[in-house]
Parts: sequence; C-alpha cells; structure tokens
Amino acid sequence: MSTSTAPASLNEVKHVVLVLSGKGGVGKSSVTTQLALSLVRQGFSVGVLDVDLTGPSLPRMFGLEARKIHQSSKGWVPVYTDSTKKLCVMSIGFLLKDRGDSVVWRGPKKSAMIRQFVNDVVWGPLDYLLIDTPPGTSDEHIAIAEQLRDAQPDGAVLVTTPQGVATADVRKELNFCKKVGFEVLGVVENMSGFICPHCAECSNIFSKGGGEQLAAQFSIPFLGSVPIDPQFVLMIEEQNKFVTKAVNSADENELNKTIDDSIANYGLVEKYSDSNLCPIFEKIAQQVIDSTKDKHRI
Amino acid sequence: MSTTTTTTTTTTYAITKLAAPEPEHCPGTDSDLAGKADACAGCPNQIICASAPKGPDPDLPAIAARMQGVKHKILVLSGKGGVGKSTFTSMLGWAFAMDAEREVGVMDLDICGPSMPTMMGARGEQIHMSNSGWSPVYVADNLGMMSIGFMLPNEDDAIIWRGAKKSGLIKQFLKDVDWGTLDFLVVDTPPGTSDEHLSVNQYLKQSGIDGAVIVTTPQEVALLDVRKEIDFCKKAGIPILGIVENMSGFVCPSCKGESFIFAPTTGGGKALAEELEIPFLGSVPLDPRIGQSCDYGVSFLDEYPDSPTSKSIMSIIKQIREAVNEPMEEDEEE
Repeated sequence: MSTSTAPASLNEVKHVVLVLSGKGGVGKSSVTTQLALSLVRQGFSVGVLDVDLTGPSLPRMFGLEARKIHQSSKGWVPVYTDSTKKLCVMSIGFLLKDRGDSVVWRGPKKSAMIRQFVNDVVWGPLDYLLIDTPPGTSDEHIAIAEQLRDAQPDGAVLVTTPQGVATADVRKELNFCKKVGFEVLGVVENMSGFICPHCAECSNIFSKGGGEQLAAQFSIPFLGSVPIDPQFVLMIEEQNKFVTKAVNSADENELNKTIDDSIANYGLVEKYSDSNLCPIFEKIAQQVIDSTKDKHRI
Repeated sequence: MSTTTTTTTTTTYAITKLAAPEPEHCPGTDSDLAGKADACAGCPNQIICASAPKGPDPDLPAIAARMQGVKHKILVLSGKGGVGKSTFTSMLGWAFAMDAEREVGVMDLDICGPSMPTMMGARGEQIHMSNSGWSPVYVADNLGMMSIGFMLPNEDDAIIWRGAKKSGLIKQFLKDVDWGTLDFLVVDTPPGTSDEHLSVNQYLKQSGIDGAVIVTTPQEVALLDVRKEIDFCKKAGIPILGIVENMSGFVCPSCKGESFIFAPTTGGGKALAEELEIPFLGSVPLDPRIGQSCDYGVSFLDEYPDSPTSKSIMSIIKQIREAVNEPMEEDEEE
C-alpha cells in the first residue's frame, strides 16, 4: 500500500468488481442489482456505484428513486436502502432535480464526475463494491480505468445476450479489459430463453449459447445463463409504484413519509429470495466470491 | 492509454488534436473563450487552444455542401441501449430502398459498438477512397452505408476513444463521404446523450435535420432513459417524428399465447407519447426471427413480409414517410 495512490475512499473496501458490456440493454444494471442482492443475502455488505451518467437505472432498480444524496464533512454519503446499512447505492440519478432531466455532457465533464464518484464518496467498510457501467468503451470507461489504476480492482463481470450482434460488441469490451488490465472474472449470458407462462415452452428470443461460446473461445469462465423472467421486471416495478406516486404528488410530507416507510420496510432483498432468478444468481455470486476470495485489496 | 488504429489516414482534426484531455470546466475547444477562460489556466492545451483560429467551424460549409444532395435526414435515437435502434435503422434502410426510385444512405454513429455492418450483411467490407471522398459500402443498388466497423483491421478490436476523437470521425463521416444524391439518410446513434449526439446535431444544424425517431421498449426502466433523450431533443431543437415501441409483447410460437416480456407497467411508449404530446408511431412485437435476420444480415421485411411484426413495421415506416412529406405511392401499399 505504501507506494500506491489508490483513492482513500476505497481504503475500507475489500473487493471491487466492475460489470461491463460493450452492448447496451443486455442487462448490466439488472445483473448488477441481482449480484448485489445475492451478495447481501449471503451476509456481505455491498456498495453499488452507477457510472452510467446519461442513463442511470440503478435508483429505479433498487426502488430508491425519491432518495437524495447527503453531504457530510468527509464527502458524499451514498443512499442506504435501510437502517441495517448492508446495501448502499450511488448514482447521478439521485442528484437530478426531475427524473426526466437529461444529462447532456461531453466527455471531460463525465470524466470529472466519475473522478468525484470514485474519490469523494464515503463508502465506509464494504465487502464488495460493484460498479455498473454504460455501454461502450469510451470516456466513462477510460475514466474509471484511470481512477482505479492503483486501486487494484478484483476484475470485471461481462454481461451479454446470446445473439451474434451482441457478442460482437462484448468481444470489443474483452479487448478493452485486456488493454487496461482488468481481469475478466467471467461472462454472464442474460436473456437466454423465455419460458412461456401459458405452455412452459422455452423460446430463444435472442437465440442461445452465444455467451458460452464466447467464454470458450476466449478461455474465460462462463458464470451462467439467465433466462428472461417477466416476474423480475414486475417485482422491480412493483416496489416503485408508491415511490413514483409520492414523487408525482409534489406533497412534501407524503414524500417524506414514503421515504421513511421504504427505509423501515425495505423489502427487495426478501422479495428477491422468492424470485425464480435467485437460485441462478446465487451460483453466479458464489463464483464471483470464489474467484475474488484470494484477492486482498486491504 | 493507446487507441486502436484504423486503416483510414486521419485528416487533421484541426483543433481536436490536443496535448491532453480537456479539463472539467473546459469552455469548449472551439469557443471564443478557448485558451482564455479561468479554467484554461494551467491546462496543457492552453497554448494550442489560444492560438487556434476562432470563429465558426471552417468545416461546417463543407458539411453543408456535402449534405446539399441529401433530401431527408432522419436520426434514430434512444436514451437506452439495446432497445433496437440499429435493428430499426436497418429496417428503415431496407424499407426505403424497396422503392427502386429512391437512393438511401445509412450512417452508423455508434463508434464503440458498430452493429450496422453485421445487420446489413456487409461484414468484412472495406471502404474505398477516391478523390471525391470515401465511397459508402453498397448493400443494394440504391442502399449505401457507412460505419466505423468497415475501418477496423480486426473485427474484435476495441475502439477506446474519448469524445473529441469520436466527434472528429463523425465530422469526417458527414464531410468526406461521397453519398451523391440521396433521398433519405438514416443515422443510427449510440445510447445516451453525449458527444455523438451533440456533435451530429451541431454539424447538421446548418443543413437541417428532418427529425428523430425515438425507439423504446415498454418497461419503465427504459422509458426513464427515453424521457431524457426527449428532453435532449427539446433542448437541442431536434424535431421528434414519433416514438416506436419495440419488443412489445411476444407470441409464443408453440401455443400462440401472448405475454409481456418487458411489462409496460406505466403504460409503455404510448402513455409516454401522450404525456409528452409526441406522435406514437406504433408497437412492434418481438419475433425471434428478427434477431436471426440481424445476425445473418438479411432483411427481415423481405424474408417474412407477412408476419405481424413486418406489418407493424411497415405501418410505422409509412407514417415516417408521411411525416417527412414523402408519402408512399399508392401501388406500394397493400
């Protein structure tokens, strides 16, 4: 540690894992969310950083849309889901006045924001910090790689969907990881098949097996395939129903009450335990835990 | 950080050739304050910026001259990734080109993840240069296309470029590509509201953009990002031709039962269009054969013209043509 200049904010963070994909809309944010929930279920404390600045999805995924960031003397305090403080999230979504506001920034400003997100957030002691990224290999990725250069991140989980058009972009992301020296912990194939709720027949909407092939071709671990589960989308949306209503009502008391309520009764972790995807992600999380357990950042 | 080399000989990026990345509060390398603002003090680029010629970008007239032969410019946008921007762009391209009288161009501005070459069946093609500029790759007699995918020595190479460099290439795509006369130029964009979107709007301002088609999927997580894109269009003054809801509903091939894969819990694209008073162009149901067609680079509309998905796409395209005052001729309609 003596010669490195890793950001001080990460001093008490045991593991740093990035979630990457060259392609958009393959489920980076939903994989990040489920990985975080699975790790919390196993008793770890988890922080999630959203560096998708022009399309932050994590506040909604975790049902935290109405919350705000607080500033302390040490820096920004991330949003904790509940009072146990096992799970916290940082995203630009918490800093926007209106949820429909666009963040129209060119690269330099995005890079500066990411520098602040890495350096100025008071994460405190964490077992895992998961970093969700936007698609591509551009400013945000260069910035995060630069900020983490001395922080010895454990590695990256790549997310893809099975079709060729998506794996082509993910191969580019693999080359990016090689170039910046992120170890690839494995590939997750998302949206792999859809089980018809009427007849239980599995349809491969975005074909099948692309992720596994990709992993074999580059000799990287294949962490598993995750089917499309409309129930998961509904679960995410359900928790937001009250929050959205309160945000739209513009009644400050009601909003505060909803926020207090959601802190007291944050149920996403328990609800997720009943999801069909939970056992699948338990295995994926276990592989991530196994592949990072010999790495000691601190 | 080194960047991937392309096979193109880069013409000078004039001002974008900086010694270091711009600082956070950079006034903009081509603004009047470049090199003189408070934020410029101590910036390694200060001298380059301060000494560069000021005034309007000298390339803008060149872009306007090149775009003079292009009748309609249509952007395909979405704040969210993976909603089908590229798929829809390729459909628009194929559908416009069904009319043998029309010349169509497709331009791929997704620099970091170009999908158009695969989707249009032009993988591995190269761009040729002549003294009139770069020649687009023609996938049909009247359908040309341009993408960074044609310039990579190795298909899997990552293009690790910052915004300024991406903008430089976009400028070249608009200025140096020999499109000839086109009836339609369809521009595919990457997700987000950043450099690519700002630059294409800035460069095309003078010659005028007909409008943007916004693509979304039905679930609120996607709509949230799409709201941001619409906010961007309003701020940037880009007219919106309408919203297309993609991947809405799925009909099981074995039992014909319909189900929602991305449930429209907040009303989907239609409700968003009504809320923001934007035309709703239609919803396109999911069909696994679309993904396959894209992987093989064939036109889904030609392969499966009778599928419900093709029909809804054709109805959307009809509305887009009406919106840009080029209605389809009677005999093309069923």
